[in-house]
Amino acid sequence: MYIIIVGCGKVGYYLLKALTNAEHEVLAIEQDPLRHAKVVEELGSVALSGDGSEVAVLAEAGANRADVLIAVTGHDEDNLVACQVAKHRFNVKKTIALVNDPSDEPLFKSLGVDVVVSHTNTILAHVEGELSEQSLVHMMPLPRTKLRLVGIHVPPDAEVVGKPLHELVLPTNTLISLVVNRRGQAHIPAPGQLIESFDEIIIASPPEADAELEALFTRVRQ
Amino acid sequence: MKVVVMGSGRIGAIIVRELVQQGHDVTVMDTSMENLRRISPTLGAKTYLGDGALEDDLRRAGIEQAQAFLAVGQGDARNAFAAQKVRFLFKVPKVVCLLYDPLRQQMYLDIGLSVVSPSKVISSMVLEAMGS
Repeated sequence: MYIIIVGCGKVGYYLLKALTNAEHEVLAIEQDPLRHAKVVEELGSVALSGDGSEVAVLAEAGANRADVLIAVTGHDEDNLVACQVAKHRFNVKKTIALVNDPSDEPLFKSLGVDVVVSHTNTILAHVEGELSEQSLVHMMPLPRTKLRLVGIHVPPDAEVVGKPLHELVLPTNTLISLVVNRRGQAHIPAPGQLIESFDEIIIASPPEADAELEALFTRVRQ
Repeated sequence: MKVVVMGSGRIGAIIVRELVQQGHDVTVMDTSMENLRRISPTLGAKTYLGDGALEDDLRRAGIEQAQAFLAVGQGDARNAFAAQKVRFLFKVPKVVCLLYDPLRQQMYLDIGLSVVSPSKVISSMVLEAMGS
């Protein structure tokens, strides 16, 4: 696959290394001459100097034959415009953008960026998981669907503990995808499998099912 | 009409003056105090030190009451970004965006933005002055 990375700061640099190691053809575009020189010195001619949101620069990078463009600069405006130029001018099939300001996420999605990543939201999801009283945690959206993966922690005194999975009545359009037990072993859910206390249940579900799911798995035994 | 102008550079400052003289209620925003000094305090335009790429700053500049937004800052990407945010998020009916790069102009016209690109106009003026 041919992958263009716009922005070779920390995120871009490690992406460049990882994707090159994975045998992809990768080119990074970096505007800052010092940063560009450093990358070239260390990794060879895998970086182009210039503004990756400009048509001429993307043309020089061969965007017309790129399969994926990943925009990870520290500026949301550059990330958005790079993805839009890639999509509209060069018909790049998949565009991925980092949003630095999490409130920009909906705008990017509505303007056709295929995958939008917000590190703030990612870290927030972990903080939710570690610190909050909430037992249902949003893990990630499933691309091109209204579904997302949520994790639910089963408390020891929950009504569902000891029940087999197939007896549960789940909300519509909801699928138990993985069960991780307290010893950290992951199981593909099988019908007869019993729910144990401290299980982590990973579920694909629409947002409106959150409340029902949380109640189902955490309701305390009378 | 309430108009928010992002960018108080040479172009922005002239536009602001003209709009105020036409009787519009104008707020001009810029991230540089220096640029905002181009707007005379006696002109009657409101100035706001803030970033037109940020929702909160746009709100503070009164974007929710605006009928028009002009993105006429220095950077193309910032102009395009702010213009799309205002057009599609805040649903301001009239949005004009300045892009120096004529190659990106058509693309944004196709998306439905009003885009003005001075580069071609200015270069033909220069060539004309040269007598070419």
